[in-house]
Parts: sequence; structure tokens; C-alpha cells
Amino acid sequence: MIRDITIGQYYPAESRIHRLDPRVKIVCTLLFLVSLFIQNSLLGYVIATVYLGTVIRLSKVPLKYIVKGLKPIVILLLFTVAMNLFLTRSGEILVHFWIFTITEGGLRTSVFMAIRLMYLVAGSSIMTFTTSPNGLTDGMEKLLHPLNRLNVPVHEVAMMMSIALRFIPILLEETDKIMKAQQARGADFESGNIIQRAKAMVPILVPLFVSAFRRANDLAMAMESRCYHGGEGRTKMKPLRYKGRDRIAYIVTWLYIVVIFVAGRFVPFKLWIF
Amino acid sequence: MIHAEKLIYEYDKRDEEGNVIGAERAVDGVDINIPPGSFVAVLGHNGSGKSTLAKHMNAILVPTGGTMWVDGKDTKDPAKLWDIRQTAGMVFQNPDNQIIGTVVEEDVGFGPENLGVPTDEIWKRVEESLKAVGMLERRKDSPNKLSGGQKQRVAIAGVLAMEPKCIVLDEPTAMLDPNGRKEVIGAVEELRKKKNVTVILITHYMEEVIDADQVFVMDSGHIVMHGTPREIFSRVDDLKRYRMDVPQVTMLAEELRSRGLDLPGGILRRDELVEALCRLR
Repeated sequence: MIRDITIGQYYPAESRIHRLDPRVKIVCTLLFLVSLFIQNSLLGYVIATVYLGTVIRLSKVPLKYIVKGLKPIVILLLFTVAMNLFLTRSGEILVHFWIFTITEGGLRTSVFMAIRLMYLVAGSSIMTFTTSPNGLTDGMEKLLHPLNRLNVPVHEVAMMMSIALRFIPILLEETDKIMKAQQARGADFESGNIIQRAKAMVPILVPLFVSAFRRANDLAMAMESRCYHGGEGRTKMKPLRYKGRDRIAYIVTWLYIVVIFVAGRFVPFKLWIF
Repeated sequence: MIHAEKLIYEYDKRDEEGNVIGAERAVDGVDINIPPGSFVAVLGHNGSGKSTLAKHMNAILVPTGGTMWVDGKDTKDPAKLWDIRQTAGMVFQNPDNQIIGTVVEEDVGFGPENLGVPTDEIWKRVEESLKAVGMLERRKDSPNKLSGGQKQRVAIAGVLAMEPKCIVLDEPTAMLDPNGRKEVIGAVEELRKKKNVTVILITHYMEEVIDADQVFVMDSGHIVMHGTPREIFSRVDDLKRYRMDVPQVTMLAEELRSRGLDLPGGILRRDELVEALCRLR
């Protein structure tokens, strides 16, 4: 069960989106997220859908995968929709029964809110699906490089992230092993109330932490012995360089932003109440 | 290549509250001289100080007393630290805890990246090093998918990519199964033949040191025996006293000799024993 956890899921494939520079993907994702908030009209969401749909098609990631990624937000989604649907009071009343009232404005806000939330998650998961964890940290490091002047240790943070990603599967395996070892000696993780179960976790966490520290110590020594001394004077095996396709992606995304902003705000396009 | 004189390393012994209650000597007055291009093995049981000695060769530890020179550079000099670490690369015991990259080739590139080697050159070195240990076809894989022996070979490639003059292997086979052990020792063997690097192998498996030019045996911080493998292995009683496991063949030959068979001392390989036995008739 513990193996089902995957962080920063990556869907390996050969696609135009996969080949893009990680920086492009990070920036364009941010722009896309922003685009969802600078307008609130039907036409705007149609344009966003076209953009997102095209990216998903190009990325060759099955739609099923992306829908699966929406699962964790289902409860949040239902909650927001319900709240907006019943509590917003504006425009004509559409339905009224017992204490519930649905107004035009309520329906509109809740539908748009639902789409917005789903697109937020889908947009950012398409980024993690198409960028390897290492690509992401490299991209972050390069993008945040200017913060170095403010004494933010950008390189170190990126290094920590990539090491953490490397050790996630190792530590998961170790947790599994410790759990089995404790179960073999009669530990019970499955029964009892929450407090009892939380208490049962202690014999797993203590050895796990001890071994994690030991590993960290070993790793630090191995890194030092391979002349690691921070980001200064370091070269890159796989340096990030913008190519033609990256420029095109930037242009397309900026165009999309302009179009969605102008169309979403100034073009009158209404269907019923939306 | 590596030269130590009266090397001493002390660490503080602490009680449960962390107060210093005395000093323990992990390495005590070691003199060692390793010529370039040779294959040297250091043997010893757990806690004999052999790993501590190895860590001095890479300037991870700095001697409390005496001096260690690596390629003529004093390890106490902080200005030469990175130079020394590039000269003497180190492979550690636990294969999982020394691989930094999430892809095999990126891990091998880690050392050269730190040295500031230009990108094209890094790629060339990575390819060469992976080829030298026979791991080229796994270059795009995640290290988590490799076996222990393969991980250790990647670790060796990672050191090779830094183009060291000398490789220190600190019990590289201790956590491996017999197959992995063979793989790693085979890779080391290849390197020695092809690249002409000095190899220092720290181990407690005696079978691995048969081909060494020199063998040092350590016990409680001292070097207690020194010589060619043949000289060392002919002193079975001494080895037992230092709690070392003698290879089975050597053991058998020794037993036979003590029962009156006329066999030469220091038999290391099975075919040697067979030959010696055949000559008896």
C-alpha cells in the first residue's frame, strides 16, 4: 500500500511538450494559472479549454491520467460548488425548496469555480507529468537564480530537492522493511482507534529516522569525497539552453494570455446565464 | 603515491551525557608507503582501524598526529583539499548512500561537474567511465533499479570520471552477495589492467586480495603484518590471532601440511593446491 504513493509523478513519453525546456514549462504553467484568474466569462473558459486541450493532446499523456490526478480534490470541489451554489444570492431565483435557494448568480459562480479548480490542478499536473523531477529542480534553480543576490541559497535548495527525490523510494522501501520486521514481532498497525494507531507508528518512525540520519551522514561524506563544495565553480552536465521550440512555446502562451484577457473581458458572448 | 608517517587518529570517547571521558586511538602510529600503479590491500576485522585509515587518504579525516601525503600533498593543508580528493577517489561501503544522481549517467557526471569540467568533456568522461565498468547500457536507468553490484560499479565509474591517480575502495563488497562481489572485484581488476591507476582495497574478504602487490593487516590501529599475499597467507596462525578468515584452500593446505604432507606454504588458489598435491606422488 505504501508503494502507491508517488510524488511528482512523471509520465515518460516522447512528445513535443516533454522536450520543452523545464523553465518554459514552469513559466507557462504559472501563466496558465494566472490566466484562469484574470477573467471570468464563458468565452474565457472556452479559450482556456482549447489551450489546455491542445497541450494535453501534444503531451501524449492519456486523459485518463489527468482525470485520475483530479481525485484528491473531489471533496474540496464538491464543497466549493455546494457553498457557491446555495450561498450566493444574486439574480433571479431558479429553484427554491425548503431552506435551499439556487439563484442565477450562484449557479454561474459555482460552475465557473469548479472549472477553474479542475483546470488549476490539470494544468499543474501536466507540468509534472511531462517534466522529470530533475528537470524541474534544474529549471527552478535556473529561474530562481536572481534570488542569489538576496542571499537565498538557490543552488543548495535545488540540490536538497533532487536528493530528496532520489531518496524517496529508498526510504519507502525501508519503511516497508521496518513495518514487516515489527509486524513479525507482533506489532499491530491495523486495529484500534486513531490514537492507538498513531502510537503504533512510533516503533516505525524511530528506526526510520535513525537510519535516515545515518544515510544523510554517509551521503554527505560521499559528496565531499567527490569534491562537492556548493554551487560555486560548478559546471553542468546537462545545461539548460533555450531552443527554437522553447521560444515558440513562450510566444504561443503569451498570445493565449493576451487573447483570453481581451476576449474574456471585452467581447460580449453570453449563453443563457453564463 | 600515498605515504604516511607515524599516522595517529584519535577521537573523543564520550559517556552517555556527551562528556569527554578519554581518547580512543583508531589509528596508532601507522607507516605506509604505496608506490604509484600498485595494487595494495588492507585487511583487518571490524574495528581494526582500516576504514579510518582509508578516510585519511581522501582527506575526509585529518590526522591527529603524524603526517599523510597523497601524491606529495600534505592532507593537513586546506588549500590542497580539493586537489587531494580529486587525486584519490573513494568508493564507500553502502551502494545506496553514495549515489547522488537520479539517473546513472547524471551520477557519474556529479564529480566532474563539481570540478568545473566543461560540458562536452563531462559527457566524454561519463561515457568512458561507464564503459570501463561495463555499465554503459544502463546509463539512462534509475539507480534504484540496479542490483548492489551494479550500483557499486556505477559508484566506481563516478570516481573514475574525476580521473584520479588512485582509487581507495573502502569495503566495497561488504554489503553485496557473492555474485555482486565477483562483479565489483572483476571491475576493479579491469581498471588496474587498463587504466594503470593505483588501487587501495580495504576489505575483510581474503579471497579478494590474492592478486595484490602488497598486503597490510591491521589490528587495533596498528599495522601488524605486511608483505606479499603469499608471505601473509603462509602465516596462518598469526592471521587467526588477528581474527581473520583464511581462504579455504590455504586453510586446507595448512591442515594437510601440519599432518605431515610436504606442501609449500602460502597456497592461495585451488589449482595451485591441486598442482602441489599432484607433485607429491
